[in-house]
Amino acid sequence: MTTAPPRQAERAGVPAAIAAQDSPRGDKVFSTLALTAGCLILAVLFGVAVFLVVQAIPAFTADPADIQGGKGFLAYIAPIVIGTVIAAAIALVIATPISIGVALFITHFAPRRIASALGYVIDLLAAIPSVIYGAWGASFLAREISPAYVWLAENAGWIPIFSGPASATGKTILTAGIVLSVMVLPIITSLSREIFLQTPKLHEEAALALGATRWEMIKMAVFPFARPGVVSAIMLGLGRALGETMAVALVLSSGALTVSLVQSGNQTIAAEIALNFPEASGLKVATLIAAGLVLFVITLAVNMVARWIISRHKEFSGAN
Amino acid sequence: MKAIRFGRLSAVAVVAAGALALSACGTDNPTGSNQSPGATGAAVSGTLTGIGSSAQGAAMDAWKTAFGSANSGATVQYSPDGSGAGRKALIDGSAQFGGSDAYLKDEEYESAKAQCGPDGALNIPVYISPIAVAFNLPEVKELKLDAETLANIFRGEIATWNDPAIAALNPGVTLPDLKVTPVNRSDDSGTTTNFTEYLAAAAPSVWTDKASGVWPSSLQGENAKGTSGVVKVVTDTPGAVTYADDSAVSGKLGTAQIKVGESFTTISAEAAAKAADASTPVAGRNASDVSLKLDRSTKTEGVYPIVLVSYHIVCSTYADQKTVDLVKAFESYVVSEKGQKDAQDAAKSAPLSSDLRAKAKKAIDAIKVKA
Repeated sequence: MTTAPPRQAERAGVPAAIAAQDSPRGDKVFSTLALTAGCLILAVLFGVAVFLVVQAIPAFTADPADIQGGKGFLAYIAPIVIGTVIAAAIALVIATPISIGVALFITHFAPRRIASALGYVIDLLAAIPSVIYGAWGASFLAREISPAYVWLAENAGWIPIFSGPASATGKTILTAGIVLSVMVLPIITSLSREIFLQTPKLHEEAALALGATRWEMIKMAVFPFARPGVVSAIMLGLGRALGETMAVALVLSSGALTVSLVQSGNQTIAAEIALNFPEASGLKVATLIAAGLVLFVITLAVNMVARWIISRHKEFSGAN
Repeated sequence: MKAIRFGRLSAVAVVAAGALALSACGTDNPTGSNQSPGATGAAVSGTLTGIGSSAQGAAMDAWKTAFGSANSGATVQYSPDGSGAGRKALIDGSAQFGGSDAYLKDEEYESAKAQCGPDGALNIPVYISPIAVAFNLPEVKELKLDAETLANIFRGEIATWNDPAIAALNPGVTLPDLKVTPVNRSDDSGTTTNFTEYLAAAAPSVWTDKASGVWPSSLQGENAKGTSGVVKVVTDTPGAVTYADDSAVSGKLGTAQIKVGESFTTISAEAAAKAADASTPVAGRNASDVSLKLDRSTKTEGVYPIVLVSYHIVCSTYADQKTVDLVKAFESYVVSEKGQKDAQDAAKSAPLSSDLRAKAKKAIDAIKVKA
């Protein structure tokens, strides 16, 4: 694997005295435990994948007319895949600049005491259960934000994404995306913060010594170093946004696929499963599990892309 | 004495546990007494397991508690996993009874025979809940609607509350020029099934979709998760209208009167119970089965046709006397006057009429040990 060379280098650097203290037995027990843990996680992942595929097969082989909607699995899944992507995209568009800004503020601008307090608050955001975000979004944010949607529909309605009539309840995909953005904010922020902190001090000081302003220093020294790490942080945030269930199920007033972000409509895979699974039976269960399989594949792809970006820049990244 | 009693009790527990584990294997116990202990008798013990509808969850909690305190050795477990899960659990034998917002379909009734014997399963109505059409119109206290108008409102065909179709039904009422926002359930639900069943039966020319637990996806409209979700949204949104369990509708929401025959019926427990009484039996079932085919398009005045009837589905025969006694005692209590009163207090359901209670009791009394 790509990470192997540095580890070997570390081992070679271990002083002989410490190396001699390692009892062969302890070494063996530890390596067995580590191996078991590694295998276990693979087995679990494999088990989930097999379960999803086996249970989903009826949905792929069934008569298209029997699938919910009556037009087959593809027609059923396509709108909710797009809905999932729209919600996640809104979340990232909002959360990414804010997260990077907050992370930069904490690492490079704020006084030490404010920085640690702010970091703590951001981590606290990650500890709030998603059902609380959902309840907040459904009963407070949606209500408060709906006048803004009405205004958007009236004044910017010529842009397709703001076309009216605006939802009277405010429970739209845009509201869901905003709630999701608050939820992924702590993930992107705390990872970015760690990465910015690892920028070599020498680079930063060299840039400042050459007469760069603080912004130029960040642009020339911090960003190039942090890029792969920040990208992988965004990808992790994306993974969270794609899979978020409860908040979307509570906030979004789901419906058919629509371009407008201020009308009710659209649906995400995770929310679709959560809302329909409790009362489902037979082929419908298979259909929902097949939807879960699609989400699994999308999430897997996102994570693989993130890994790939990290490994491509491994010499710089602090995240691997 | 003490030792003997203890011995008998533990034997009872062992048998009950065995019955649970092996009920599919047909362990007969022909020596058991054939008396059926009533709800007050302390003769039953063991654990009864049910899976099913979440609609009757609150009532079930009340029944479990009351039955458990009247029969110290007996426990009822109920897992509100949904109606489909409940019917499936009864058919495959993983639960001794299923709770369901719909009676067994014909093919389910056939497959239940493998588990329940040749006489099949029994559908016993235990929980009737009127579904209210709740609206948020600050100035309007009373609203009268008929099935066509209701269907048009929920299809998004009526844009504002002062639409002529609504005004014609409500002479003398000042209707606001407010946008109509129909709100439906986003989750698969028995309430939606019953509401769309009513619309499809009573306004077939307008409501062209099939009755289903999932709201037709082709319709534009707002939705929210769960009964509490839709009620919350409607409470927050002037001009919104939804359908929900009457017990959940409160505060500033009004409930519409529904046109039946030539007059309008106000929602009430009595009017809902009348809908169950006016139903017809389902063909092709066990003689004592109490499946109710509701007449949604009834013209009988005083009937409130938008009701949800939830059933307990039990086997007509069980493998051993212990289970038979337990099921009989529990279900007899549930359909008794006291059981229905307990459910009404806990879940604001409509109690079964005495006529229906008698029918249900007859069905329960027919449960026996597998021959």
